[in-house]
Amino acid sequence: MNRRDFNKAAAVVGAASAFSPLNVLAQGARLKVGVLLPRSGVQALIGQSCQKGADIAPAVLKQIFGVDIELMNADTESNVDTARTRAERLIQEGANVLVGAFDSGHTSAIAQVAEQRGVPFVINIAAAPPITEQGYKFVFRNFPTAIDLTRNGLSLMGEIFRTTSVAPRSCVFMHVNDTFGQAMSKAIPPTLARLTELPFKILDTISYDPAAKDLTVEVSKAKAANADFLMLVCRLNDAIILRREMAKQRWNPMGIISPGSPGLYEEQYNKALGPLAEYAICNTVWYNPKSEMTKIVGAQFKKQFPKDELTFHGTNVGYTFDAVMIAADAFRRSKSADPKVLAEAIRATDIPVARRMSLGGPIKFNAKGQVEGNLSAAIQNQKGLPRVTLPAQFAESKVIFPSPDYKKS
Amino acid sequence: MPLDLVVNVTIAGVLTGLVYGLMALGLSVIFGVVRVVNFAHGEMMTIAMYAAVILFGAFKVDPFLAVLPVAAVFFALGYALQAGLINPFITRPEHSQFILLVAVATIMVNGLLIGFGPDARNLQVPYQLESWEFGKILLDKARIYAAAAALATSAALFLFFKYSLTGKAIRACADNNLGALVVGLNVKHLYALTFGLGSACVAVAGCMMILLVDVTPNLGPAYTLLAFVIVIVGGLGSMPGALLGGVLIGVSEALAGLYITPSAKSMMSFGLLILVLLFRPQGLLGRKA
Amino acid sequence: MNRRAALMLGVLLVLLVVLPHAVNAYVLSVATLILYLAYTGQAWNVMMGFAGQLSLGHSLYVGVAGYVAGALFFHYGIGPWAGLWLAIVVCVAFGLAIGFLAFRFGISGVYFALLTIAFAEFTRIGFDHLAWTGGPGGMFLKVAQRDAWDLLNFRGPPIMYYYAMLLLCALAFVVCYLLLKSRAGYYWQAIRENEEAAQALGINTFRWKMLAVALSSAMTAVSGVFFAFYYNNLFPEQIFHISRSIEIILGPIIGGVGTLFGPILGAVVLTLLSDGITEALAAMGWEIPGVKQVFYGIVLLVVVIFLPHGIWPTLARRLGLSR
Repeated sequence: MNRRDFNKAAAVVGAASAFSPLNVLAQGARLKVGVLLPRSGVQALIGQSCQKGADIAPAVLKQIFGVDIELMNADTESNVDTARTRAERLIQEGANVLVGAFDSGHTSAIAQVAEQRGVPFVINIAAAPPITEQGYKFVFRNFPTAIDLTRNGLSLMGEIFRTTSVAPRSCVFMHVNDTFGQAMSKAIPPTLARLTELPFKILDTISYDPAAKDLTVEVSKAKAANADFLMLVCRLNDAIILRREMAKQRWNPMGIISPGSPGLYEEQYNKALGPLAEYAICNTVWYNPKSEMTKIVGAQFKKQFPKDELTFHGTNVGYTFDAVMIAADAFRRSKSADPKVLAEAIRATDIPVARRMSLGGPIKFNAKGQVEGNLSAAIQNQKGLPRVTLPAQFAESKVIFPSPDYKKS
Repeated sequence: MPLDLVVNVTIAGVLTGLVYGLMALGLSVIFGVVRVVNFAHGEMMTIAMYAAVILFGAFKVDPFLAVLPVAAVFFALGYALQAGLINPFITRPEHSQFILLVAVATIMVNGLLIGFGPDARNLQVPYQLESWEFGKILLDKARIYAAAAALATSAALFLFFKYSLTGKAIRACADNNLGALVVGLNVKHLYALTFGLGSACVAVAGCMMILLVDVTPNLGPAYTLLAFVIVIVGGLGSMPGALLGGVLIGVSEALAGLYITPSAKSMMSFGLLILVLLFRPQGLLGRKA
Repeated sequence: MNRRAALMLGVLLVLLVVLPHAVNAYVLSVATLILYLAYTGQAWNVMMGFAGQLSLGHSLYVGVAGYVAGALFFHYGIGPWAGLWLAIVVCVAFGLAIGFLAFRFGISGVYFALLTIAFAEFTRIGFDHLAWTGGPGGMFLKVAQRDAWDLLNFRGPPIMYYYAMLLLCALAFVVCYLLLKSRAGYYWQAIRENEEAAQALGINTFRWKMLAVALSSAMTAVSGVFFAFYYNNLFPEQIFHISRSIEIILGPIIGGVGTLFGPILGAVVLTLLSDGITEALAAMGWEIPGVKQVFYGIVLLVVVIFLPHGIWPTLARRLGLSR
């Protein structure tokens, strides 16, 4: 059956059930969600982590909404050509809605396809601002832009210092020279100027190559700045190398705080470094540990991935699950799998805080298809697991700053 | 810029450079003799790193001890690879060799992804994070040990090629293929032997590298490129050249990182490559063709 | 070429023109990709097939052209047609610089290949630090969704991009065919077969090699501009990456280096192979990441071992065509 026939059938079903007294869908109506993620290639680790968020969705959404979700998984292979053709293929095979794609470049290419074909595209993770600045009608993003991430990450830093009553006077800022690092380094000076409650000065800024396997020079320079704490924007592999190098060079600042980046909270960081990973703080988007949805998802995650810990996939699973959930919620309300109807339903989304897994306000899309009000949390490694320590109303434990092995040099 | 910072950074550059040189040693041997462009070099080292991780995980074997079995296995595999697959390609144009080894590399990388998953793996030995302190000078233990291994391996290879009969035979093949055939040397066997030796070197480098860097399936390509840069800068077929090239790259990158911006330090190695190619194409310690 | 070949070519062209109206959007996107790779491969083939120089850094020209045209559009609203010329000029300058350095200093073979890699990597890191083009955060061109063909700004439905690429491919084919048949073609063949002998005959090998390099980089530049306006985003890490350079040369080498039809055939075979394996694995339910690439690598291995000159020469003989 091709898409047109399916749509006609779905419309009939939809029309019929709109008049039925029960808020359930007719038998056989299901939502086909095309999931586009980089499961191989250089972004494989994050892609596979995000995929877990999609994999647990059907069971959870059946339980909560009573809807049937069929996942159509496609591997973008960390390549924009593949991302585009796979998106076309999924639409061809009847996907009613697309979810993806982690990488801003791939996401932008897929967005163009989605817009062209009139199929809604719910972005799980991609921070580049231009994606929702194109006037698209079919592209929706429940993820903060790099600008929001920076602002939230930095103001959380102020929270940390306020909560622990410690006021470091200086920091050294190290960042990986990639999209995130560069966005942060541009956004930090004006943000710091505006957030007058942030008491510290940046003594030195050191940018390094994400592919660098040796960070001796970078750490030497950072140590020589003699700052109170290290502000770090990194990725996983370089974070591990960096931390080891810090240990070798006997540099123990007050703490390592990231205003928002992957790496510090990840499983590999904790496992590879053991006790050295403790007390690193990352202010990033995360799931809401106190939300109902998180608890339900957590239970399903344990069932499907017994050897894994949900907490290591806080960002990836939280936001990917929510993206699929948004699609399912729209399906539940529109009672139709027709992409155009779905798009309108998604635009009218209003999911309260308790019903969303990722941390933030209610999920509502503005005129540009962007959700505002997504929050960052201060995630600190404590006893080998990343824990939400701030904002206080969502905290799982108290933040520890300065780090117990802080040595004034 | 305080003096102790410069000294520490320079020493680190030298040590790192020696480890890079060790990695490039295998390529220098292979490229210098067999003249095959081994674009799967970095991937081979990645496999060696995984081997070291597995041995450590299963039997708690320290990487320095793991060197022996891993190098032996790699020698055999390298021999087989050359004799079985690569040999007909020696006389083929470079682009054919290139595609052959790119295909081999692709299979290796994705095989590792399937087998090990995308997570980074490592091993944790006690001396990994320790350093010796001399006033303000810090010497990283793991790097010193790895650098020592690099020097030892290089010396061993050098002696082998200079004094042993097989070594001399291999050098003869490299110097004059036709002449070697005429004299009656089993060139095919010697080439395979060389590839085996080069692979064993890569295995040693991998066992050392795992002390410094975590291994992921796609670690290879960056190291392949670096190895080629070092080999060309240092000089084809020259063992001391590979080490010297490595040290040169290590130090120049370190100093560039210190005085300019660290994120651009890889430009140094490529800039150096371009300069060497233009002004001294045989490399610093290579012989003029 | 003989009449049979010309006839088959004509039929192929007609099929390609009609294609978009007979297939769905997915197949169209794959077809556009194939034509893109075929064209870029053909452009690379000029340097390899004509001048005999193995360039492993061709992503340099794609990236530089894309960024030049993209930046002009992004910062000044200058359309791609004007931007194209500046992009070509800049790329030819790069190409000539590399060619000059290489040929004057006698660098060839593997050394030349490594030189091209070095230049591409150098440029990648350079663009990573260039704030004017967005640095590592990438450059996003404003997308205007139009169903009408806006040729001036090169915006329109996917079918427009398909035809643009088809036109480019056809033009490249014709240009290469004419060049090969001309005096230039014979000089190039002579240089490729035996450069010293050609020099002895009085051919200015330096000049002709430089010409091939300039032509190759100019043609590749057009590819880069297309890429920029088709995907509307550029990242130094992705567009200058060595994997892109490898992707460009796979088609011509598998298809047949130095032949006219090789790059096109190679692009078709490889793209269909890649997508085919993905589909087959999906049908069998094997969704393990990495398996597809292993199969792909094995096929590449098999082809390069058993068909050292590429698929086209053997195929052409079988079909009774001359070239």
